[in-house]
Amino acid sequence: MNLEELNATAASERLAQAKKRHHIRVCVGTACQALNSEQLAKELQAELRRRGQNGDVEVKCVGCPGLCSLGPLVEIESQVNGQAAIAGTEGGQRKSILYQFVKPEDAGEIVAHLGGEPIKRLETPLDQPFFTRQTKIVLEHCGKIDPERIEDYIAVGGYQALMKVLTEMTPQQVIDAITRSGLRGRGGAGFPTGLKWGTVAKADPNAYPTSVPVGIQSRKFVICNGDEGDPGAFMDRSVMEGDPHRILEGMAIAAYAVGANHGFIYVRAEYPLAVKRLRTAIRQAQRAGLLGNNIGGTAFSFNVDIRLGAGAFVCGEETALMASIEGGRGVPRPRPPFPAECGLWGCPTLINNVETLANVPPIIMKGADWFASIGTEKSKGTKVFALTGQVAHTGLIEVPMGITLREIVFDIGGGIPGGRQFKAVQTGGPSGGCIPAQFLDMPVDYESLAKVGSIMGSGGMIVMDDSTDMVEVARFFMEFCMDESCGKCIPCRAGTVQMHRILTKIQEGKATRRDIQILEELCDLVKHTSLCGLGQSAPNPVISTLRYFRDEYEKKLAADETNGKTPQPSAQVANPSA
Amino acid sequence: MSADPTASDKRYKIIEATMRRYGYQSHGLIEALHSAQEAFGYLDDVTLWHIARTLHLPPSKVFGVATFYNLFTLKPQGAHTCVVCLGTACYIKGAREVLAALEAEYDVKAGGTTRDNQLSVLTARCFGSCALAPVITFDGETIGKVAPATVTQQIAQRLAAVQQTA
Repeated sequence: MNLEELNATAASERLAQAKKRHHIRVCVGTACQALNSEQLAKELQAELRRRGQNGDVEVKCVGCPGLCSLGPLVEIESQVNGQAAIAGTEGGQRKSILYQFVKPEDAGEIVAHLGGEPIKRLETPLDQPFFTRQTKIVLEHCGKIDPERIEDYIAVGGYQALMKVLTEMTPQQVIDAITRSGLRGRGGAGFPTGLKWGTVAKADPNAYPTSVPVGIQSRKFVICNGDEGDPGAFMDRSVMEGDPHRILEGMAIAAYAVGANHGFIYVRAEYPLAVKRLRTAIRQAQRAGLLGNNIGGTAFSFNVDIRLGAGAFVCGEETALMASIEGGRGVPRPRPPFPAECGLWGCPTLINNVETLANVPPIIMKGADWFASIGTEKSKGTKVFALTGQVAHTGLIEVPMGITLREIVFDIGGGIPGGRQFKAVQTGGPSGGCIPAQFLDMPVDYESLAKVGSIMGSGGMIVMDDSTDMVEVARFFMEFCMDESCGKCIPCRAGTVQMHRILTKIQEGKATRRDIQILEELCDLVKHTSLCGLGQSAPNPVISTLRYFRDEYEKKLAADETNGKTPQPSAQVANPSA
Repeated sequence: MSADPTASDKRYKIIEATMRRYGYQSHGLIEALHSAQEAFGYLDDVTLWHIARTLHLPPSKVFGVATFYNLFTLKPQGAHTCVVCLGTACYIKGAREVLAALEAEYDVKAGGTTRDNQLSVLTARCFGSCALAPVITFDGETIGKVAPATVTQQIAQRLAAVQQTA
């Protein structure tokens, strides 16, 4: 498919869609699917056939529109005057309604009310802060297009960025655009993406001994890290399920920029729906000539393979992930050499997170300056968060960098249910920390979160109310790290076990002040001497809860410790190594 | 081994196809193990040895990989599985109590199988369905917003339903 064919497909698809008077979009993301939304879509289709309306109403199964707590969600977009809308125009002539908690039994009523008054019982306002406070870039198509049809993606401008890159830009221009946009890695650490791309592009594939398997031609690789292991995070899953072609396009652009001809998407096996949709997307893109050899009639060739994880959290670490793709145990290795110089099978390798790659096509199409205009000085663009825990509206949100936590939790999230008080928000999963109420007005960006002892992380955001036991939270995360430690380096392997033991002792009420002191020493040791990110960040939940909720730890000390003498100010038991 | 089971059992053909797709090279090992587990439900010694021989890998490497990853299991599972998500969102919404209720009802420890081999109770790190927390799955079907008081009944109903149709 070349540019003209791409435009023709987009135009004919848009025309076909414009002929429909109503578009019914049913969310079939993992959460809504679990609530029987696929059955609902079938019922809607059957009902339309029965009424002979299937000609001018379209039922579409789409990815996650975000508000999972009200699922299954159905969005209906209708033409206002009954005139055929002009292809490509939005807003004005169309109006949308959103139905919540829809059951398959509601299909008949929904079809009967098409074009008339919305059903009050099911309607939920689209102008609530949950939707109006968001800025969608990565998720712009999630909930709008059918992820299993490439034509849908092409109709909303898909693969235009890839064509533009291949026909109008040099690899260096692509890297410059990404650098100027200020895009930083969305996997957690926030490394500047343009810098990473530039390093891989410059790297010499023959600098290190290589062992590329027979049958793979490339000597540089692009890997999409979809091993979203943080418990409580599902941003990448939603993008992979809701807009898989976007990731393929981002990967192809990255491959062109760095000079790679082969890519891998590493996905958790726990996400079967994401794997299925990605496989479908790859097949469709290959058939359309948008992946494979001579893409769009140019000299550029790029193939993508999917590799399944097998339930190892450490495989989200880049060197461990590559070891896993090579077919071995997912254990990390020391860096340098960095993957950008010596990665998969010894070749220069670019590893980017799903969300990072999904940001690439709009940067190419709308320009680096547009992207750089969103967000804060050092953190550009938007960030997708999975908002869960004790908050009224749980689901997937995308907000501009620099928004405050208060806006996220109380405006978008709708506050704490059940009349309880906000206590903390946990970001960054087992590698992050708990942020207490006093920092609610802090802007959310990489630097601010690091300053208060947490990290941006991949985007899990778990809200906790005053009923949450913070020591238990710390113990939960330590248990996670202890189980998931790969066992290669001693600080992580043994340190997490010891820290978990002390936390359990505190929970049992058998600990002394000395134990807290040892815990702090261990935190410091494990943080600074572990081999990879898992161990280096494993103490973070303990450090941050000790910093902000130390009284909860002290209340749990053995009785003779707390009753014997007056409680000591925390300064006297401060971390001696800090 | 008296008769080679890998010659007669058709399920080995599925594993064979996967290994062929990767040119019998070692980077296809994890995919081969996935295929094997899908075909057999678990990985037994015969299968692991067979994969090692076919891929020309030392058995230690194959066993090492199979035991490293949490998803691979070396012992047979019950006829039905119930997985309790212990991700953060589920955890703070009471997944631990849900698990305890199931463990008590079926007299198993997490990771174990009931004595009649009908039900395995397993745990998972996170399904990514956090909005439905706490979440469990029964034979792949996701059940959201469960509660310790009612979860055993939900499982019993489904168990009875599948046993009736079997």
